[in-house]
Amino acid sequence: MLPHFELSQPKSLSEVFGSLAAGKGRPFAGGTILVPDLRGGSETSRRFISLAQIDALRYIKHEETGTTMGSGTTIADILKDQGMVSAAPALVAASDIFAGAMVRTAATVGGNICCGSPSADTVPSLLTLGAAVTLCSEKETRKVPLNEFFLGYKKLILRPDELLTAISWRPLQPGSAHLFYKLARRKGDAITVTGVSVMIAVSGNICSEVRIALGSVAPTVFRADQAEDLLRGQILTSELIEKAAKAAADQCRPIDDNRASAAYRLQTAEALVRRLLTQAWQKASTT
Amino acid sequence: MPQEKIVTLRVNGKEVKFIAPAHRTLLEALRHEGFVEIKCGCEKGDCGACAVLLDGNPVDSCLTLAWHAEGSEVTTIKGLGQPDNPDPLQTAFIETGGAQCGYCSPGMIIAARALLNDNPNPNLADIKKGLAGNLCRCTGYTRIFEAVELAARKMRKESEQS
Repeated sequence: MLPHFELSQPKSLSEVFGSLAAGKGRPFAGGTILVPDLRGGSETSRRFISLAQIDALRYIKHEETGTTMGSGTTIADILKDQGMVSAAPALVAASDIFAGAMVRTAATVGGNICCGSPSADTVPSLLTLGAAVTLCSEKETRKVPLNEFFLGYKKLILRPDELLTAISWRPLQPGSAHLFYKLARRKGDAITVTGVSVMIAVSGNICSEVRIALGSVAPTVFRADQAEDLLRGQILTSELIEKAAKAAADQCRPIDDNRASAAYRLQTAEALVRRLLTQAWQKASTT
Repeated sequence: MPQEKIVTLRVNGKEVKFIAPAHRTLLEALRHEGFVEIKCGCEKGDCGACAVLLDGNPVDSCLTLAWHAEGSEVTTIKGLGQPDNPDPLQTAFIETGGAQCGYCSPGMIIAARALLNDNPNPNLADIKKGLAGNLCRCTGYTRIFEAVELAARKMRKESEQS
């Protein structure tokens, strides 16, 4: 049995903002994290605002200027959207091995981001897209780079009166590769040990843009910006990739837990960054 | 007193009505209404024993609030087929020995049905991915995968003939 809680069920987005401003509780989206946390006792709130009836949060829009998706978009929605294959290949790869089929039906992208977990699997590939999140309240709307959204372990810049309503990013340049790799103890339904996403754009034989993001190896998912700086504007030789992989590993702050040791995470982070940079460079150079 | 509501939904085509507080899961509510073919396993979305189709999509009923199923159509294993008119998946599980203790079978077959609805011609990797959210501690999965392959093959043959 779940502990008793109150649930308000607003029917429109403006009602949601009103409920948040009135302190009627925290948002309740897919419930795939919240329900086990309530049952296990790590969730102590007893007042929630249901987002289940807010269809305005569930959309994917591809335009020339980029892609926008509502925070209520489910993982299954991402997999069903044909446009995502070119708009965010690594996000599709992450969604494809996200938990199990039943969880993919219910879990939302907004929930995955706002749980603030370092192992949230949609976050690395959204970071390497350079995505921004839209945060709305009754008073204001602000757009923040996803890279600035996480302050620490499960700490967000989101205020209690705000809702993450949308995630958006500019299109990938032609001649770019966007990859994700999840290392876990099983291929399906497992929590990530080390997650890496890489985006490389090549123009005129040099790496014109690069983004590297790592999950489960620090208090938050993060961009390995020191590694990126080594690569931007360069021809990616294996020596340079090696150096960048080491720089990315230097930025990791992993912990030991029941899935893997910190040492294993460090080693695999370096290996996976090297592997994905090599693959992405080859792929982007030949397309 | 906790907040309560009357929830109306359809289960296997029949209207079901019950009173539930906000914290009642769909799993608890439906088992209480007699739909004990929905199994309770881990209660955290790992094992898939409680899987049902909600408006055609597979969900873990242990993670779904009863309130959130208001107005929806729920399909349980009994809604897929009965002994006199079984789903090809149910027949295939019997034929291959895909069911041993049987506890995971309702959820396993619901997830397999959702997979075949999306992809009538899955390869082994597709089947493994489709069933990644369902645990079985008896079979070692091999016979379950065979059952899904067998059912898919039979269904394709039937649709070619009709």
